[in-house]
Amino acid sequence: MTQHKSVFPNPFDIKAPSGAEDWQEMYPYYLLFQPHQRREDEQKFWFCNNQHWPVPLRPFDTMMLEYSEKTLGQYNTRHLLIPPANGIECKVINGYVYHAMVPVAPQDIEPRIPQFLDRAGYYFANWTKLLENWETKVRNAIALMEAIELEALPEVVPVEWVKEGRGHDNASVLMENFDRILKVFHDIWQYHFEFLNLGYAAYVDFFGFVKDQFPQIPDQSIAKMVQGVDSILFRPDDELKKLAKLAVELGIASALKGNDAEGILAAVAREPKGKTWLDAWTAALDPWFNMSTGSGLLSTDKRWRDDLNIPLDYIRNYVERVQAGDEIMRPIEALVVERDRITGEYRDFLDADMQAVFDAKLGLARVVFPYVEDHNFFIEHWSMGVFWRKMRALSRILMKAGFWPDEEGMFFVKRTELREIIWDYCNAWAVGIPVVGDGIWPAVVEKRRKMIDALSRETPAPALNNPPEEITEPFTIMLWGVTTEAVAKWAGAQDGSETGLSGMAASPGVAEGVARVLRDPSQLKELLPGEILVAPVTAPSWAPVFGKIAAAVTDIGGIMSHAAIVCREYGLPAVTGTGFASGRIKTGMRLRVDGNAGTVTVLD
Amino acid sequence: MPNDVAYTLTFNDISPEEHSLVGGKCASLCEMTQAGVKVPPGFAVTTHAFSAMLDQSGLGLEIAHMLSGIDAGDVDSVDRASQAIRIHFCSHRMPASVESAIRTAYQAMGDNVPVAVRSSATAEDLPDASFAGQQDTYLWVVGADDVVEKVRDCWASMFSTRALTYREKNGIANEQVLMAVGVQKMVNARSAGVAMTLDPRTGDRTRVVIDASWGLGEMVVSGVVTPDNFSIDKVLGKIIDRRISDKHVELVPDTARGETVEREVDTARRTSPSLSDDEVFAIVSLARLLEKQKRCPQDIEWAIDADLPSGENLLALQSRPETVWSKKAPSDARKYTTGTLGIVGALTQHINK
Repeated sequence: MTQHKSVFPNPFDIKAPSGAEDWQEMYPYYLLFQPHQRREDEQKFWFCNNQHWPVPLRPFDTMMLEYSEKTLGQYNTRHLLIPPANGIECKVINGYVYHAMVPVAPQDIEPRIPQFLDRAGYYFANWTKLLENWETKVRNAIALMEAIELEALPEVVPVEWVKEGRGHDNASVLMENFDRILKVFHDIWQYHFEFLNLGYAAYVDFFGFVKDQFPQIPDQSIAKMVQGVDSILFRPDDELKKLAKLAVELGIASALKGNDAEGILAAVAREPKGKTWLDAWTAALDPWFNMSTGSGLLSTDKRWRDDLNIPLDYIRNYVERVQAGDEIMRPIEALVVERDRITGEYRDFLDADMQAVFDAKLGLARVVFPYVEDHNFFIEHWSMGVFWRKMRALSRILMKAGFWPDEEGMFFVKRTELREIIWDYCNAWAVGIPVVGDGIWPAVVEKRRKMIDALSRETPAPALNNPPEEITEPFTIMLWGVTTEAVAKWAGAQDGSETGLSGMAASPGVAEGVARVLRDPSQLKELLPGEILVAPVTAPSWAPVFGKIAAAVTDIGGIMSHAAIVCREYGLPAVTGTGFASGRIKTGMRLRVDGNAGTVTVLD
Repeated sequence: MPNDVAYTLTFNDISPEEHSLVGGKCASLCEMTQAGVKVPPGFAVTTHAFSAMLDQSGLGLEIAHMLSGIDAGDVDSVDRASQAIRIHFCSHRMPASVESAIRTAYQAMGDNVPVAVRSSATAEDLPDASFAGQQDTYLWVVGADDVVEKVRDCWASMFSTRALTYREKNGIANEQVLMAVGVQKMVNARSAGVAMTLDPRTGDRTRVVIDASWGLGEMVVSGVVTPDNFSIDKVLGKIIDRRISDKHVELVPDTARGETVEREVDTARRTSPSLSDDEVFAIVSLARLLEKQKRCPQDIEWAIDADLPSGENLLALQSRPETVWSKKAPSDARKYTTGTLGIVGALTQHINK
């Protein structure tokens, strides 16, 4: 059979990199391209989501992808009946995640509208009340998860249990608790999407209207009109700043020097006013230091709470700025004034009738959009912080039982395999025999660790198969910056015809400077003042470094991505969604970043 | 000269009550000046000066006499009267107090500054649209003697054949019409061009679009050079697009010869921006001010004057209402739904297209 060459690689032609030939064993069958669905899958346009999944997925972490795929889908398809859009289908190739939008058949769109109006309309009309309820649900779920302890099996069942006639053992409690955590966590994922796409939809509506009125309005201006200035997402960073100011005020800044969190905190405790500072520090820990240095979705993401050197490092940075006389707190009032000025000026260009439409659409967008920012703290940072801590506790228990040599080991087994491993652990304990898996899993873990390493040395294709003539799906454009133009540029890069780099003009301004390419948050320390940050994607916990950089460039992300939002706040140029800046630009290159035009030029 | 009669008024100290003394063109210049828009500096020779000329020498009576015999239907008779009046004007000396006022005002502008001397008709006379260009304009006038002479020539031009015919046809008595004259510095443009307070390609009112080139603005207006093009977002105050072109020629004043000359632009300047960012932003402020003042999108001619200090060298030469997009019917707010229905519309928009 002869085939026309597609613009992007055909998923069925992609070879495994050397050293990772068996990569498919790490993922469930439904996330792999299967030969019996080849015909359908080749017709679809898949794009790589390295915004949320920037590195090859560890087998256990795949669970997050599964939960997100299912729970996003259920809201579009079954709860709200978004008229033109069902879920987002996911596949994994060489460890990287690809998405295909699932459209609703044209003849089915119209019949869904009344149901959407009824269901989504109710949410829009009762947003504040439902959102309060949402926050209660999430806080309860977090508390529930927090309270569940996964414990190593004791030598014997407690005697009280025996005498109470409980009839069950610690193993059944362990298995039940593991299941309960997964159940609560599945609920949390559902809550994640309960409001999310409605928030985006209202934004898309306002966005489209404004673009209609002012065809050339920069996307960033629309974002500025809608965006909240006091999102809870800024709170962790604000806490760091407050602690930095407090340290200077109390005269204990010098005690914060060093690289060892424990030593530093002990040194602070020895200071005369150290206790005041330590009280403030402890108060900030929960929940604010649940911030992840990555998207929060991955076992590799570090959390401030789990590595106190991360927040201490940021605090030291802020201390330096305070001592240099900088005002480090966000100028909330000025931001509000600026937002009102921009809104007022655009509104003034419209006649009275159009102003009424503008007011209605902006009003709705402003009510619902804060969720889009705020949920990130509750779910990705706080809930997931608790979840990953629980999972690490479990991994340590199984490590001691010999299933793997270190705490990371568990994340190289699949969720379904983990269930068998827990059974092996419990059964061996009950029967009084050695576990079977200690002779099997260490080798599997080792093999997979090497495969992940091999996969991470490959750069994934930005997309698969042929793109549609025009990308119109609003969520794809808004969330991932996957526009018709962006895809055309990726295609150009495939055949080498594209030489410059361009992406979304995400934050205005032009800056020149030396590039610092960061692939991992642990490298944040390497950033020097005035450098241009180049990264696959940035996360909210990176906020502290934005005070030092001259501009930001990311591979992935639209106008509402984290880097875009923070750069607009700091008044730094940003170009997002470049596709492959972090691959093509090398640390040390001189760059010109034009945040107005959305271009990045290598100057030498 | 009585103390309360001003024969000249500089553009920036003309009060609204005095607008009738300086004619439409000068009144518009001083309105702009007072709104904070800088125009080429200068002064108006008021209608009091014109009246003094007619009164003090008996010229008024002579003119009335000459006009009494004409027949509006007979072009020849109008022509003859027009000629005669012009000759009489030139044969009368200007009243000494008027002449000295003009000399003083001119000298206050600097040493032998080249100026344009233009008539500025009062409201009772021909409306702007129909008289444009009919009364005389004198460019590159240098020295007080010449300025005085050209002011007198402007006055005489009020009695041109076409002006007389127009008044006759519209029943405007010649005695009612008074003439003011504007004396304004010739712009020595380092760079010049046009600015529009909307994007002419899309009608987007959030933009100011500037075309700019070296020298006087005629090269931009006539399309002889491809100008530098800047597109600025009004609300963000940011330059969104910037296209710097190869500007091979420029038109510059030759003061000695009292004219403009076209010359090649040297290689270094050809492809460098004809405006600094600060100048771009100054033009944007100017454009927004004029748009606000005139309450509709404007098409503005501007220049950066080489003789004036930086920061004070941007001059507005002309501001007209934009006509193309302003005439289009505004889009109908009824085509938009709001609330959840609006969201359905937004989500399915591309499908309905």
